[in-house]
Amino acid sequence: MANELDMVGTETKQFIVVKLGDEQYGIDIRYIDNIVRLPNITRVPNSQFYFRGIINLRGEIVPVMSIRRKMGFEDDVFTGQTRVIILKIADHGLIGVLVDSVKEVVTLSVDDIEKPSHDLGTKNTFINGIGKHKDDLISIFEINSVISEE
Amino acid sequence: MDVSQYLEIFIDETSEHIQSLSDNIMTLENEPEDKDTINEIFRAAHSLKGMAGTMGFKRMQHLTHDMENVFQEVRSDKIKVNSNMIDLLFQCLDAIEGYLNNIKETQNEGENDNEAIIKKLNSFIDGSEAAEAEQAQPPKEEAPAAAAKSDSSDGTVAHFLDGGDFDTIDKKVSDARDAGKNIFGFTVYVASDCLLKAARAFLVFKAVEDLGEIIYYNPSSQDIEDEKFEEYFNIFVATDNDVDTLKKAILGVSEIETVACGEITDDMLDGTRQEETSDGGAEEDTSSGEEETKPAEIKAESEESSSQAPAKTQATGGKAVSKPVASRTVRVDIEKLDALMNQVSELIIAKNSLASISTNENVMSDKQGFHDQIEYLERITTNLHESVMKVRMVPIESVVNKYPRMIRDLSRKLNKKMELHMSGEETELDRTVVDQIGDPLQHLLRNSADHGLESAEIRAQRGKPEVGTITLDAFQEGNNVIIQVSDDGNGIDTENVKKKAIERGIVTPEQAENLSEKEIIDFLFMPSFSMAKTITDISGRGVGLDVVKSGIQQLGGDVDVKTKLGEGTTFTVRLPLTLAIIQALMVEVGTEKYAIALGSISGIEDIPLSDIKYVEAKEVIHLRGQVIPIIRLDNLLGIEKSGEEPESLVVVVVAKGDKLVGLVVDNLIGQQEIVIKSLGKFITNEDKIISGATILGDGEVALILDVNTLM
Repeated sequence: MANELDMVGTETKQFIVVKLGDEQYGIDIRYIDNIVRLPNITRVPNSQFYFRGIINLRGEIVPVMSIRRKMGFEDDVFTGQTRVIILKIADHGLIGVLVDSVKEVVTLSVDDIEKPSHDLGTKNTFINGIGKHKDDLISIFEINSVISEE
Repeated sequence: MDVSQYLEIFIDETSEHIQSLSDNIMTLENEPEDKDTINEIFRAAHSLKGMAGTMGFKRMQHLTHDMENVFQEVRSDKIKVNSNMIDLLFQCLDAIEGYLNNIKETQNEGENDNEAIIKKLNSFIDGSEAAEAEQAQPPKEEAPAAAAKSDSSDGTVAHFLDGGDFDTIDKKVSDARDAGKNIFGFTVYVASDCLLKAARAFLVFKAVEDLGEIIYYNPSSQDIEDEKFEEYFNIFVATDNDVDTLKKAILGVSEIETVACGEITDDMLDGTRQEETSDGGAEEDTSSGEEETKPAEIKAESEESSSQAPAKTQATGGKAVSKPVASRTVRVDIEKLDALMNQVSELIIAKNSLASISTNENVMSDKQGFHDQIEYLERITTNLHESVMKVRMVPIESVVNKYPRMIRDLSRKLNKKMELHMSGEETELDRTVVDQIGDPLQHLLRNSADHGLESAEIRAQRGKPEVGTITLDAFQEGNNVIIQVSDDGNGIDTENVKKKAIERGIVTPEQAENLSEKEIIDFLFMPSFSMAKTITDISGRGVGLDVVKSGIQQLGGDVDVKTKLGEGTTFTVRLPLTLAIIQALMVEVGTEKYAIALGSISGIEDIPLSDIKYVEAKEVIHLRGQVIPIIRLDNLLGIEKSGEEPESLVVVVVAKGDKLVGLVVDNLIGQQEIVIKSLGKFITNEDKIISGATILGDGEVALILDVNTLM
């Protein structure tokens, strides 16, 4: 708590920390509309491989994509912890992304976010920063590249 | 007064008035003596004028005012309607529509004064001058620049150098010239029968001051205001604009007959002053003025292109800023609203009854009552749905009633005699569909007029009536609305189309031999496939039928062609009644559920495996004398087969036009009313088999199959 108070004054951002396997990822809270438990997903034939299908979110049809598939990870394993993060993208509406679990909400000051070094990996274009929180490292998603077509 | 809140109403009503004018003028063309029609036109023009005036659209008001004047004269039998007048009236309508479109896009009427039309209108009123004016008019239209020159020759004399006191303006002239401005002199002639000359002069000043500064008046501005002048007055203007722009602005004021103009040079001022002192003869002055006018004119012309171009880009740049006003309203019959209200009250009653049953302690014992209420509720929601749909429905009239005018114009342009017969204009369609069906239908009609109908000579040779017939029929058929556009023209020459397709390398000559007539006609719907030998501005650019097809398909519809060489062509457009809610058959494939629109299903069959035959290695069934290809949905949709193949297959036979295809499903669930939802922008399905999704009673999502893509 004290830690968070110290940050008032410098520019801060809030992130929802989610887990994909052992790694932690942060999603800027501005984009998040909602977080829901895994509903029934209806497969859409012949769609992009990284879309698991569509769900009914209180009467609205929302497509759900698998970040794991898009980033070339192992396929999702659905557990009781699996959540769908509903993102709201201006002009495009809602889109859901599957995550293994949701951990917490953190507030990071801009100083705590480092630009990713380029030699870390070749495919990691979805990340636009590494946040340091306590002893953990959080990869910050660049939402627009996550949802954009390849 | 801020009138922007009325803009939508204004746009709606203006469109209505324009339509009514167009209809009535068409009638008038056939019955030039019909008093009722003339009165109707007068009233419409009058309302338009009033509305435009209230909204502050001056140019539009001006034009409609003059239209109204013409009809005033026609009404009082002073002038007769003739075909020239009809043509002119249609030009007026187009001009008004131009204003309206500008207003829609930019909330501003635009810069076009349409003075040529206004002048012509006025010449009709001055019956005696009509003939003369008509003669003078055509060259003016063709070469507006030349018109300026002719001014001095047709009796107008430039008097702006006549006896005046130029000493006072010497400084102003040199100042203006130092500032890089041009200085022009104008002699403005006010109509001799004008009652409020001072007011007209004031309007001239106002128009000119928008463009430059008036540095000199003769007579003095005070005298002009007090109407102390005869038929003309003179002004000098310092301006950045060219002389033609100013001239147009001045002529834009009504009851201004002509303007003589020229550039003012220092020599002229000095020269006239000397002449004045020595002689003062008016005649010589004017002749020198005229001579000066000509070089000035030439200069103005050369400047025109350079000075107007930036002005135009500026105007369009400004347009982009203000938002377009799109008309998004529906006018609803009050009866429909009453029906809606009644059903909503019933809905509330039903809800209350259900609430009271649920609070009843013996819920279980009252099962019958509960069941009754649910049934009641079901009936109400169905009715409610129907009513809301009806509210969204508008007759296609609003779109198709533009076509008679279009065919009339085409008939003139193409020099072919043709008639348009329409029926079923009252057929109703969803507002969104009606809004978007206009362009495709227009394309089809143009196509019929241009390519379909033969020229009069050929028609005579073939023993057809001289006047070609184009018909547009609309009617409802089940859950669809059918619009047919047909002509009694030449029909489609499939051999020609085939040749063209081979030429274009779309098919090889061998393939072409085996094509059915239908397949050949389908080439016409391919992008940039034009059959016209020459490109006209009506059609033939190859952007016709493919646009029609894609436009109609976007609306969930479909277009079909039937043709007989030498006898004519019929295009059949099939559109869904509504886009939002449809009756569908729910089927199960594997574990997944899909919806198929009931409107496209022609039957459901139980086919034993042994009845499946093969044609070219494709599965077909033989059903009541027809060979129908079958599609296995599990393969198509990538669904894993569960267990062994049963002994017989459930086949849903779907139809598109007269084409049939059988879809193999695992199970039939039943018929259901479904609400269509879009899949959104993120997810795509490549072959577009899925047209949308719907949410079922248990919250599950089912996909809707678009069977049209399967054929």
